[in-house]
Amino acid sequence: MFYRECGNFKDSYASDMAIFPIPLDRWGFTVMLFLAFVVIPLFASEYLITNIIIPFYCFALSAFGLNILAGYAGQISIGHAAFMAVGAYSSFILYGRYGIPLIPSILGAGVVTAAVGTFFGLPSLRIKGFYLAIATLASQFIIEWVIVHVEWISGGVFGTIQAPEMYIFGWPINTAVRKYFLALCMMVVFMTFGKNLVRGQMGRNWMAIRDIDYAAEIIGVNLYRDKLIAFAVSTFYAGIAGALLCFCYVGAANIEEFNVMTSFALMGMIIIGGLGTVLGSFFGAGFFVTLPILINHSLAAFMDVVPSDILSNIEAIIFGGLIVLFLIVEPYGMARLWHTIKDKLRLWPFPY
Amino acid sequence: MGRKLMYTFFALVLTLSLVAFTGQAQAAKEKKKEGPTQFVGILAYRTGPFAAGGSGFSSGMEDYMELINMEGGINGVKYVFEECETAYNTARGVECYNRFKDKMIFVHPLSTGITYALIPKATKDHIVVISSGYGRADASDGRVFPWVFPLPTNYWSQNTAKIKWIAKQEGWDGKDMSTIGKYLKGLKIANLHIDVPYGQETKPILNAMAKKFGFKVRHFPVPWPGIDQKAQWMDIVRRFKADWVINRNWGVSCTVPLKEAARLGFPRNRILGVWWCGSEEDVLPAGPAAKGYYSTNWHGVGRNFPVIQRIIDKVYGKMKGHISFTRVGSVYYNRGVYAGIINTEAIRTAQKKFGNRPLTGDEFRWAMEHLNITAERIKELGAEGFMQPLKFSCADHEGGGKVFFQQWDGQKWVMTGETMEPMKDFVRKMIEKSAEKYAKEQGIKIRDCSKVD
Repeated sequence: MFYRECGNFKDSYASDMAIFPIPLDRWGFTVMLFLAFVVIPLFASEYLITNIIIPFYCFALSAFGLNILAGYAGQISIGHAAFMAVGAYSSFILYGRYGIPLIPSILGAGVVTAAVGTFFGLPSLRIKGFYLAIATLASQFIIEWVIVHVEWISGGVFGTIQAPEMYIFGWPINTAVRKYFLALCMMVVFMTFGKNLVRGQMGRNWMAIRDIDYAAEIIGVNLYRDKLIAFAVSTFYAGIAGALLCFCYVGAANIEEFNVMTSFALMGMIIIGGLGTVLGSFFGAGFFVTLPILINHSLAAFMDVVPSDILSNIEAIIFGGLIVLFLIVEPYGMARLWHTIKDKLRLWPFPY
Repeated sequence: MGRKLMYTFFALVLTLSLVAFTGQAQAAKEKKKEGPTQFVGILAYRTGPFAAGGSGFSSGMEDYMELINMEGGINGVKYVFEECETAYNTARGVECYNRFKDKMIFVHPLSTGITYALIPKATKDHIVVISSGYGRADASDGRVFPWVFPLPTNYWSQNTAKIKWIAKQEGWDGKDMSTIGKYLKGLKIANLHIDVPYGQETKPILNAMAKKFGFKVRHFPVPWPGIDQKAQWMDIVRRFKADWVINRNWGVSCTVPLKEAARLGFPRNRILGVWWCGSEEDVLPAGPAAKGYYSTNWHGVGRNFPVIQRIIDKVYGKMKGHISFTRVGSVYYNRGVYAGIINTEAIRTAQKKFGNRPLTGDEFRWAMEHLNITAERIKELGAEGFMQPLKFSCADHEGGGKVFFQQWDGQKWVMTGETMEPMKDFVRKMIEKSAEKYAKEQGIKIRDCSKVD
C-alpha cells in the first residue's frame, strides 16, 4: 500500500538508505514541491505570499538551524535571533556596500555568521545543559550591543540599513513572486543539504553527543570538533535565514527585530514542532508565524462587538492556550503526531 | 492515540470554522457600509511591553474619528477604520501594513523599527507615513523624503528646545539667542539614554550644541530594557555632578530614573524627559518620587479642552469609546486625538482641491504639503491650547510646531504654559546634511522644491 513499505525487508542498500522509505512520504514530498513551485506563485495572493509564506520559509530555515544545534546535537542556544541579525547586517553590507553579487553575499553572510557562531560556541566545550543556555544568552546581548555601537555596521545613529535593490545577473528581484522564488530556492537547497547532513555520519555523531556525551567520546566521536561544527552549521542557517528575511520580507535590517523575544520564539518553534526532526522545523515555524496572524484576522470580525483593547489580549490568550494544548496533546512536538499516524497506518486495518 | 487524534482534529476543525465564520462576518460587514468612506488602517499595540503607549494613542485617534463620523463625517465622507495588532514587533507591523496597503492612504507606524521598515515601502506604494515625534529626524527634509512627515517636531528640534528651556530656567530671558550662551556656559547636562538606536539618535545634536554654546554634555547609556540604572546614576550625581538630566528612555526605563534620583537626593525638577517619558503611566509607578519631574510634549494634557469634552459627551455618552473612560485625557490618549485632528484637517485640505470624495495617497500627500492649521482654525476645532499652529511645505515636513513643557505635581501633569520654538536654522542644517547623505547612499534624486506647486 502507498502508506507503508512493501513487507518489512529491504532488498537493496539504496532502498535501505532512502530519505523517504514509504510512498506516502515520497508522493507527499512531490506534491509539496509542486504546490510550492507552481501552485502558490500562480494562485496565491500577493498578501499571502509576502506576509505569510516568505516569513514562514525564512523562519523554517532558521528553526531548522536551531534544531541542528538543540535537537540533534543537544546544545541549547537562547541567542539564535542575534545570529539572524548578524546574517542580515552582513548580507546588506556585502551586497550594498561592496557590490558583491546577491547570491554570494547571502552565502557570505552565512559564512560570517558561522564564524561568529563558532566563536560563541566555544563555551560549549566546557559547560553543558542549562549552564550553556545562559552562556549563549550572552551572545544575544553582546551581538546586539556591537551592532548598535559600531557605526561601521549599523550605518550611523539610526541603526538601520535599508535593503538595496536586488539584482541577479542584472535581473531585478522586485516583485513578490520573484522574492518568493529566491526564498524558496534557498530554502529547498539548504533544507535538502541539512536533511542529508543529519542522516549522515555528522548527524549520527551529533545524536550520540546529545544522548550521552561521554559515551560518544568513548566510541570515538571528537566532541570538540563536532560541537563546534554543530554551532557553525546551525548559525550558518540562522545567518542565511536572517539575510533572506530582511531581503525578501522586511526590507530593512533593524536590530530591534531580532531581540531576545525572537530567540525565545525560535526555541518555541522547535519544541512545538518537534526536537530533532526536519519536519518539525516546518510545523513549528508554521505555528509561530501563521497562527498569530490567523487569529488576528479571525478576531477582526468581532471589532464591532468586543472592545479592541480586550480583543488584542484575547489573541495572546488564544495563542498561549494553543501552545499549552499542543504540548499536552503531544509533548514530543507536532512532527511526532505525523509519525504516530504513519505508525498506525502501517498496521491498519489490523492493529495489534 | 485515538483520543490524541481526536483532540487534534477538534482543534483543526475549531480553527477552520473560526476562519470560515470570519470570512462570512467580514463579507456581511462590507455590505453594511453606505455612502463614501475613507479607510484608515491602524497599527496598534495593545499588548506587549509598551501597551500603555500603543493603546492610548490608537484609542485617541479612533475616538476622534468616531466623533467626526457622529458629526456627519468630513463633508459627508465617513471614516472606516480597522485595527491591526503589532505588539511593537517590526515583522508584525510590516504584515499589518501589507494587509491594509491597498486601502489606506496614510499610516502611523507608532514604532521606530516599523517606521524604518515602512519608509521605502510606503514611498513605493504611495502611502504617507506620519511619524509623530519619532522615527528619522532627517525625514523632515521633504526634498529627500517626500512621503514621510515627522510632525509636529522631531527629536532633534525637541532637544534644541530643551536646551533653550534649560537656559531659561537658568535665568535667560527666552528671546535673545545671542545671550543664551552666557547662561549655558559651564553647565553640566547628562544625557541619560536607552542604549538602542532610538536612544542614540540625539547624541549628534547635543554634541553640536555643547560645542556651540559651551556647556558640557555627557552621554550615559542604559542597557535595554533599563530596569537597573544604579551605576549610571551614581556616575551622574557623584562623579559628573550634573546640573540637568535629560531622560531619554522608553517604557519601564522611564520610571527608574525618578526612583534613583530620589534615592540619591537629586532634585526631580532638574530632570527633563523626552515626550515618550512624559505620560501618567511613566510617573505613577514612581509614586511620590516623581513629584516635580518635567517632561516635554507637543500637545495639551487633561480634559479641559472643548474637543476632548465633545468626545466625552458624544462618543462616551453613547458608549462608543475605544478605551476605559478613566484614560480619556491622559497623555497618550490626547496624542492620539492630536493625530486624528491632523489626519482630518489634511483630508479637508485635500477635499478643497479634489472634491468631497475618498482620496488617494497622492492627493493626501499633496494636502499634507499644503496643510496650514492656523490659530483661528484651532479655535474652531476647540483645540485652543491643545495644539500649536502648523504649516507644512514641500521642503519642510516638520510643520514647525513648538514644544510644550509639563510638570508632574504628584497627581497629574500640569502644563507649565511655556512653549519653546526649536532652533530651526541650526537643526535644519543638520537635517539637510543627514538627509543628503541618505539620498546619496540610497540613490534618491533630491526634489527641487522651487519647481513643485
